[in-house]
Amino acid sequence: MTTQAQDNIIVFDKVNKWYGNNFHVLRDINLQVKRGERIVICGPSGSGKSTMIRCINRLEEHQEGHLTVDGTELTDDVKAIDRIRKDVGMVFQQFNLFPHLTVLENLTLSPMYVGKVPKKEAEEKAMAQLKRVRIAEQANKYPLQLSGGQQQRVAIARALCLTPKIMLFDEPTSALDPEMIKEVLDVMVEMASQGITMLCVTHEMGFAKAVADRVIFMDQGQIVEQNSPHEFFNNPQTDRSKDFLSKILGH
Amino acid sequence: MADTIIFQSLPARPAPIKTEGLIPWIRSNLFGSWQSSLTTVIVAGLLLYFLPQFFNWAVLTATTNNNADACRADGVGACWGVIKEKYRLILFGRYPFEEQWRPLVATLLMVGLVVASCTRVFWNKWLGVLWVVVLAGYFVLMSGGVMGLSKVTTDRWGGLPLTIMLTTISLVLAFPLALLVALGRRSHLPAIRSFCTIYVELIRGVPLISVLFMASFMFPLFMPQGVTIDVLIRVLAGITLFAAAYMAEVIRGGLQAMPKGQSEAAASLGLSYWQTQFKIILPQALAMVVPGIMNNFISLFKDTSLVTIVSMYELTGSLGLALNSDADWRPYKLEGYLFITGIYFAFCFAMSRYSLWIEKQVNKSKLR
Repeated sequence: MTTQAQDNIIVFDKVNKWYGNNFHVLRDINLQVKRGERIVICGPSGSGKSTMIRCINRLEEHQEGHLTVDGTELTDDVKAIDRIRKDVGMVFQQFNLFPHLTVLENLTLSPMYVGKVPKKEAEEKAMAQLKRVRIAEQANKYPLQLSGGQQQRVAIARALCLTPKIMLFDEPTSALDPEMIKEVLDVMVEMASQGITMLCVTHEMGFAKAVADRVIFMDQGQIVEQNSPHEFFNNPQTDRSKDFLSKILGH
Repeated sequence: MADTIIFQSLPARPAPIKTEGLIPWIRSNLFGSWQSSLTTVIVAGLLLYFLPQFFNWAVLTATTNNNADACRADGVGACWGVIKEKYRLILFGRYPFEEQWRPLVATLLMVGLVVASCTRVFWNKWLGVLWVVVLAGYFVLMSGGVMGLSKVTTDRWGGLPLTIMLTTISLVLAFPLALLVALGRRSHLPAIRSFCTIYVELIRGVPLISVLFMASFMFPLFMPQGVTIDVLIRVLAGITLFAAAYMAEVIRGGLQAMPKGQSEAAASLGLSYWQTQFKIILPQALAMVVPGIMNNFISLFKDTSLVTIVSMYELTGSLGLALNSDADWRPYKLEGYLFITGIYFAFCFAMSRYSLWIEKQVNKSKLR
């Protein structure tokens, strides 16, 4: 039992969350994520997918239940939150790069001010991450001078600079032109092969089939179904997931 | 199997009608439509009618003789002699005549300090030290009482030095205060939020004149017997609190315009609240509101003229002082006001140009 608990890097235990008094956005979420597991979360908009992964680094607070990340339970304890945020990287739909800082400064900011790494070391590490996402030549440009796909790759590199144990992706390709989606997905596929724990909200079903260990389907704040990608796409168990898949795979 | 068609893009060519240059500019801006053409003609006509008359009065028939009788002669236009006669009083107010080199040197120091602070090469850690040294030197020179300088009490300070000093010091104090109040109004702690809101609403609800009145006349009533704070300090505090309330709202406007994603990204990277504000949010929010903040600065510079109400004779006040007390020169107020208008304009225009430069600097990251 203890070994299993240690294997699970994220544990949701009957987590509930409301926006305001009446909008019950997460309902009795139970989820265990194993170390190194790659999970794709899909579902209609408003189903609580983003809210669920944003609870993991406390961008959203849950109101009931227990959420444990890497052995630390998330409460109002600010120190625990700070510690967890160092271990959890996040990539947003709208990139959220800091437009007034250069690409390199975006990457070194957190290591320098949060990790207290000397500037030179932080820059070396940042350049290594930029090479990894194949964008090192843009290091001294400002984010708005780059294309959407390049910006998202910078955002991924920025999150990786903290050497996180967990990476959260919140619809990373939804704001991109069709021609740029591939360059971002390629980087994510490469990351997936490195053994980092990944939770990715996306509707890129090709990506899910290629890298996910598990697909989670959510609707109305609940986890409706979870299965291996092969099973989920070929043999969905619930009418709700069948209906959803028929819509997104219909064309 | 059909051959693949090779896509070839058309070469770019210049626009058929020129849209850049002087003549296209005149065509589109002055004669763009018949209403616009009509307005252009009317305005040009009015200028042609009035400008020569003004030029005639201000230059051709004007006298620079500082003799009041010469000004009263028939056919004489502007009497610039009044400036020649009274400029020391207008510029330095009631500061003792023999000692007026002191405010001159002190003010040059302060203006130099402000110009240095606005220049990129001086933006380093020594700037703070420079401020302390120059401000100390300023007050030693102005009030004297040490190093063989005779003592001059603050009620005799006046003219342009007072205007510049009130503006500079209240700006330097009001800006950080405004930052804190703007952040405070968005705090999630209710006590801080309501305190900042009450402060802003109270100050904005009253005119600057009444703030100055309270600082000058009412505040001493609440002080214990025998304790006095110099009226200059009370007035400075009043102007600072007043300016900060307005500035805080301008800054808050910039904070409101920041996308939520910026602070979320900062949080996800583990940055603390203050790190997020100072590294991420404020640099961008302030860049957005440079024109608004400069508006505040410029209006504050001119608002200092209200301290006349509490018997401090800054530039506008000392002009009144200079002319009202002298029956010979009293009729030539217009010339006097034009003179100080020129001074105010020079300072405000410099601030406005500087603001454009700052805007360019902070928007560099947005250039493609």
